[in-house]
Amino acid sequence: MMRITVTVNGQVYERDVPGHRTLLHFLRQDLGLTGSKEGCGAGECGACTVLLDGHSVNACLVLAPEVDGRCVETVEGQAKDGKLSTIQDAFNRNHAVQCGFCTSGMVMSVQDLLVRTPKPSDDDIKEAIEGNFCRCTGYLQIIEAVRDASGRTEGKGGLKHA
Amino acid sequence: MLEDATPDTLKHVGGSPDRIEAAAKLTGQALYVSDMTLPGMLYAQVTKSPHARARIRGINTSKAEALPGVRAVLTGAELEYRIGLYVVDKYLLARGEVRHFGEAVAAVAADTLEIARRAADLIEVDYEVLPPVLNHMDALKDDAPLVHPDLGKYDHVSAVFTPIPGTNIANQSKLRKGDVEKGFAEAEWLIEREYTNPSVQHVPMETHVAIAQWKMGDEVDIWTSCQSPFAVRNLFCYTFRLPLTQVRVMVPHVGGAFGGKAGIHLEPLVACLSRKAGGRPVKFQATREEEFSLLPCRSALTYRIKTGVAADGKIIAQKMTMYWDAGAYADYAVNVTRASGYSAAGPYEVPNAWVDAYTVYTNKPYGTAYRGFGHVEFFWGLERHMELVAQVIGMDPLEFRRLNTLKPGSITLTGEKITPNTGNPTKCLDVVAESIGYGALTAEETAREKATGCKIGKGIAALHKAPAMPPFTSSSIVLKMNSDGTVVVNTGLTEIGQGANTSLAQVVAERLGFDLAKIRISPDKDTDRDPYDWQTVASKGLVLAGNAAILACDDLLAKAYEVAGQVLRAQPADMDHDGEKIFVRHHRDRAVTFAALAIGYAYPDGNAIGGPLIGVGRYIAQGLANLDKETGQGNCALDWTFGAHGVIVEVDPESGEYHVLKICSAFDVGKAVHAEILRGQAVGGMVQGLGTACCEGYIYDEQGHLLNPSFTDNKIPTARDLPDVIESVAVETPQLDGPFGARGVGEHPMISVAPAIGNAILRAVGCELTHMPMRAEDVWRAMNQAAPIDNWITKTPNKSCKK
Ligand code: FES
Ligand code: FES
Repeated sequence: MMRITVTVNGQVYERDVPGHRTLLHFLRQDLGLTGSKEGCGAGECGACTVLLDGHSVNACLVLAPEVDGRCVETVEGQAKDGKLSTIQDAFNRNHAVQCGFCTSGMVMSVQDLLVRTPKPSDDDIKEAIEGNFCRCTGYLQIIEAVRDASGRTEGKGGLKHA
Repeated sequence: MLEDATPDTLKHVGGSPDRIEAAAKLTGQALYVSDMTLPGMLYAQVTKSPHARARIRGINTSKAEALPGVRAVLTGAELEYRIGLYVVDKYLLARGEVRHFGEAVAAVAADTLEIARRAADLIEVDYEVLPPVLNHMDALKDDAPLVHPDLGKYDHVSAVFTPIPGTNIANQSKLRKGDVEKGFAEAEWLIEREYTNPSVQHVPMETHVAIAQWKMGDEVDIWTSCQSPFAVRNLFCYTFRLPLTQVRVMVPHVGGAFGGKAGIHLEPLVACLSRKAGGRPVKFQATREEEFSLLPCRSALTYRIKTGVAADGKIIAQKMTMYWDAGAYADYAVNVTRASGYSAAGPYEVPNAWVDAYTVYTNKPYGTAYRGFGHVEFFWGLERHMELVAQVIGMDPLEFRRLNTLKPGSITLTGEKITPNTGNPTKCLDVVAESIGYGALTAEETAREKATGCKIGKGIAALHKAPAMPPFTSSSIVLKMNSDGTVVVNTGLTEIGQGANTSLAQVVAERLGFDLAKIRISPDKDTDRDPYDWQTVASKGLVLAGNAAILACDDLLAKAYEVAGQVLRAQPADMDHDGEKIFVRHHRDRAVTFAALAIGYAYPDGNAIGGPLIGVGRYIAQGLANLDKETGQGNCALDWTFGAHGVIVEVDPESGEYHVLKICSAFDVGKAVHAEILRGQAVGGMVQGLGTACCEGYIYDEQGHLLNPSFTDNKIPTARDLPDVIESVAVETPQLDGPFGARGVGEHPMISVAPAIGNAILRAVGCELTHMPMRAEDVWRAMNQAAPIDNWITKTPNKSCKK
């Protein structure tokens, strides 16, 4: 067991954790923050993406003791004052959510992207979410949501009728 | 229903309101079974077979049992229960023999996941390894080992399925229409070829997971990530011989399903562990690796098609033989075989047809439903074949297809007559052809070829599918009005990401004439609370539940009008309503609010009439019946959704690498109830189809070990793999008995993506692909006429299925 102190979504937590506990399991089991999902547990799917000191990481590949003294942001910390964040709002508006299991990780990867690159190109967007698998949406409405969140108005898709 | 639709006045249907549960999912507040913990909950793990086929000589569980924190250990020896959807052929844990790599042979429940894992590793199984039968074509040979020697003794749904004891055939479905030999004799051309594809994994982002608690008095509570709570409850009770009142199945948010969660899977085993552990709740979640081989996949297929074409280009006869690889258990594969059998010719009229479709047992992970229910697989062959036929007879492939599509008056394989309202496959083809500029390359495209050195080709493929369901499939809806005039909708249809809840809410709001904000549909489902819905499968949800919802609205309004009539001293015919109140048509201010009626109307003196307003609606498929087992004739289709994809691909003629520049998909949905959810289904399905087309599939070694049960070795499409341009088009030929004219489209976008790409690659570089997926190396090999790589079990080890 190791004692760690970590700030998650602005709140400080002090906990004893076994050395092999992953950050993902720490968040989900020890803190009850189940918004971050486990899709593979092997760093392949991105469902567990969180920000560690502002950079996106796969929480399933980080050990809890490694985050001692550091700052973690998860999907639970994105909405403020009962309002969805700009990114969450754009996902909602653009119907970028289906089953929702990839959604938390997607939102966090996009958060990382937009902080660094406020006006991303489509290539930037695709690169940023390349490590986030989504089996439902086919990514298009997610990409449209990111364009929207970054203030780009072009490239808005839509169903055609014949 | 259509006669009630007044399209120009629709307020909700046809729009794109916010998805009901989007905010919960976006904030991480939506609860999935994966997220749940119950007081006293134990964690389960299973010990799995490392062999494809072996006799179990003995299992030693003593070390596992001795491990502190282990609360239950089970082996097949004490579980004499079998499950099965149509053929009851699977023990909860292997007994006597393991039949596929990854099959569970023992299970444990312990205080923590870590202890459970250690305990599962400590279980020692003594195997006598037996030679497996891996290729489904080999499994048909006379001397093939039998995967199920007891096949003749299994319970099965005999009205629909025909297992052949003493063989590896779990089911044979037949269809006979006209005289196929006579048709061949009259044909100008006879064209025959065979098409194959391997098993594929669904890859829901949330793996299968269930929590079960077997309580005192055999009361069982189950929380599960599944599509069909009532099917799980009913099959569970069948297995354990329990009355349906004893078992409650609850389904919160589901992290993707795609058919892989349509049936019953982990629930019975987890419940048995709970019983053994004295009634403590037990949770089991499959790892990603287990998702590939402990849980089911999509069946592999070998599809042989022989087509006779008349001098004018019309198909006059077609013989179709399907060999479906069930893997070790029949599960849904027998029904995939049946449903694909009666649809095997696609949206084309074939006057003389013959289909033999077999479900074949092998020693591999077993097949189940997967988005498209067989149609993704057989349309790969069929639409590549139509391309070949067109080429051979010297006709343009689009023209050839247009000539042969089902049109009003055409007779389907099963003898059903197409009407003007069945839908329009020809229009879907025309729409996608126009979108991609079908035919010659534009000047711009030719210039691009020059600049890049790549070759550009354009291809199209059509598709169709009807819901594969029993003829008596039904659904029901209960609407409960709250005392503020809002309405709660109860339905057994699950929300698995497809948008069922939002679309149903639109239908209810539309029919009631209420604001959408007044309609609540709970995200979770509960067999004790919600009324029956058969299963959330088959693209049937909106049609059945939607029709039930319309009737439930009418029932609710009728009941409200009855009480309002007394209050207002008016007959129902003289009243009308808006979203707030019922009023007398000619004296609008003589009105009573729904809120005042909702739980019983009280006069000023306290005297009351009426009571809580509850609307009930149900729908049962109309006019369907089991198909004749010998001829496959009869009415099996609730509705046919037709569609087509058109693609432009760019192929590197050196390496075989290719990229989709544009794809356009069109589906005759009858009515687009929610435009953006429909587009989400269209694009999501298309990209899933792209994965199937380009890279996904199970790879085995010669002993039947699965070699690629991970995302590293079984790649699925990422955002980088998207076509440059994606277009989705709704064709809207109203379905007469669909809610507001709508028909289902959940599965269709995945169908025929692969052959459209295959046809485009053919146009670009002239290579003929008959096996999917089409990886770059497959294209290269086809271009260079090198032998295909030998690792797909559909092709090896017997090398060829051709006689
Ligand atoms: S769960 Fe961490 S990458 Fe998949
Ligand atoms: S919405 Fe289901 S995996 Fe992305």
